[in-house]
Amino acid sequence: MTIMAAEPSRLSLRSSRAMIRPAATLIIAVLLVALTGTVILTITVGAAGIPVARLPAALGFWRESVPDALLQRDQLVLWSIRIPRIAAAGIVGGLLAVSGAIMQGLFRNPLADPALVGVSSGGAFAAAAAIVFIDSRFGASVQFMQDELLPLAAFAGSLFTTIMLYVIASRAGRTSIAIFLLAGLAIAAIANAGLGVLVFVADDRQLRDITFWMLGSFSGATWSKTATAAPVLAIGMLACLWVARGLDLLVLGESEAFHSGINVEKLKRVSIVLISALTGVAVSICGVVGFIGIVVPHLLRLVIGPSHRLLLPASAILGAILVVGADSLARTIVAPAEMPIGILTAAIGAPFFLAILLRQRGLVGL
Amino acid sequence: MTPVLEARSLALDINGSLLVNGIDLCIQAGEMIAIVGPNGAGKSTLLRLLSGDLKPTRGSIVLKKRALASYSPRELANHRATLSQNVSVAFPFTVEEIVQMGAGDIGAAAARPLVEAALREVAVAHLRHRKLPTLSGGEQQRAHFARVLVQLARGEAMHGAGLLLLDEPTSSLDLRHQIELVEIAGRRARNGTAVVAVLHDLNLAVRFASRIVVVRSGAVAADDTPVRTITDALLRDVFEVDAKIQHHSDGSPVLLPQQMQPLSDRQAQNAR
Repeated sequence: MTIMAAEPSRLSLRSSRAMIRPAATLIIAVLLVALTGTVILTITVGAAGIPVARLPAALGFWRESVPDALLQRDQLVLWSIRIPRIAAAGIVGGLLAVSGAIMQGLFRNPLADPALVGVSSGGAFAAAAAIVFIDSRFGASVQFMQDELLPLAAFAGSLFTTIMLYVIASRAGRTSIAIFLLAGLAIAAIANAGLGVLVFVADDRQLRDITFWMLGSFSGATWSKTATAAPVLAIGMLACLWVARGLDLLVLGESEAFHSGINVEKLKRVSIVLISALTGVAVSICGVVGFIGIVVPHLLRLVIGPSHRLLLPASAILGAILVVGADSLARTIVAPAEMPIGILTAAIGAPFFLAILLRQRGLVGL
Repeated sequence: MTPVLEARSLALDINGSLLVNGIDLCIQAGEMIAIVGPNGAGKSTLLRLLSGDLKPTRGSIVLKKRALASYSPRELANHRATLSQNVSVAFPFTVEEIVQMGAGDIGAAAARPLVEAALREVAVAHLRHRKLPTLSGGEQQRAHFARVLVQLARGEAMHGAGLLLLDEPTSSLDLRHQIELVEIAGRRARNGTAVVAVLHDLNLAVRFASRIVVVRSGAVAADDTPVRTITDALLRDVFEVDAKIQHHSDGSPVLLPQQMQPLSDRQAQNAR
């Protein structure tokens, strides 16, 4: 019984000083300004740089200030490559951060992350399996709806893994953090083994696609993929308004949430579907990008507190900022080649995760 | 007068073991009922049945003229508030945020006066900006009590006197705060709230309750006023201690640990 989610060690939370939270509107305003700044900055950098001075022209203002040939090149780069990619990165960042925050609330566990515990891998495996299937003789008939099929497959894979995790890790209304993390590790290993099998049977072209799922990258981002993901983020954010209060009360435990008027079974079902849909769609765009779901809500909780009503929308914005920033780093750091963003987020996120783990050692009971 | 809550032949069977076996209980508005009994007698289980947290295998519970099972969780929260044992919080909410949670979705402005009143009444106002996990067990218990009081006040503002269920509310409290909690509960009862508390300390139960329900092996062994319930015979038969109960000048029973002996195993056998 020592490893229950519900036993935060008093020593692990060092600061005992009074906590006064900044106003919600201020936080959201600051984050939105930061997001705008990040987008403007990242639009200008890349393999083909567009200096800030030429940006207004490329966006359609004061065209006469820039020579025609240069303008056409800038506009091509901007509208067909850079902006769709930034939009995709921003949406994925929002999806991953919000799904991480919901997952942490549902499992009452600040260490939960969809990528860490195999939910992303489950989605990636299902998506990669769909690629191999669509390419096969049997799948030819559904080839025309590839853009819709991949997110659906990734959602199904994520949903299956989330439900499995929930069934394994919770017993009698309590969730064991240690069992949750270990089971997630095992599920991730199974999904990765499945990806390995697909690598084995895949041909060269499929292999490139599958590697993309395993490492995570936005190089394949297009307007059509972004268009599939944007409504999912919008619907997810609306649903968050409904789950936020429930998740706050769930922090007190399932019985207490029920006593306070929450339909706990419904809350859990909606949360599981939300986590899976947000993660699945993110995976279908960029493969497995880890640690966003854990880093973003953790940083925010330090400033705005753990209440989900502000945490969920703030996570969406900060998630977008981080992933847009990380992606522009990924495409410039080894230019003209590109580093998969999954490697970058893991390199930064994993040490961060270890730091949280050490600080909250008492929480896990290890 | 219609009772606030009426339970008839309640039974709960979990994996073949009968945790509650044929309990009848009728709770009137303004009553203060203490549920006492030895470890594992089914006190907390009974309370969880009354709160709707557990569904009885057999029997019926009627809350304010309506079957308990027919209430949605949201409706139920407007008519009864429950303080559970050992609530623990995985994220660093402040005391004020926790207490505010009791107000539900009525909005921060409407919740303000309820939250302020509860913070003051339970004497945690000075801890309002502290994070809950950094507080002592007793301070956390008081914060949760304040949260439950806010929930009760919000519900009673809409639907009139309700039901307050407390599962060992004093388990981590020092003497002073135990008495204060009992007095706060007493004030609620005088306003018409029906208060039911599972208690371990029989002396506190005597002070707290207008009625004591003694539970043994999932059934009611006694249900009467404190004076008539707490007797030498009850202590011997239910709690398996040999005791000579004293009486206070007002006639209420007083239990002194100095004057108690556990029964030997054989005596206990006979007592059963």
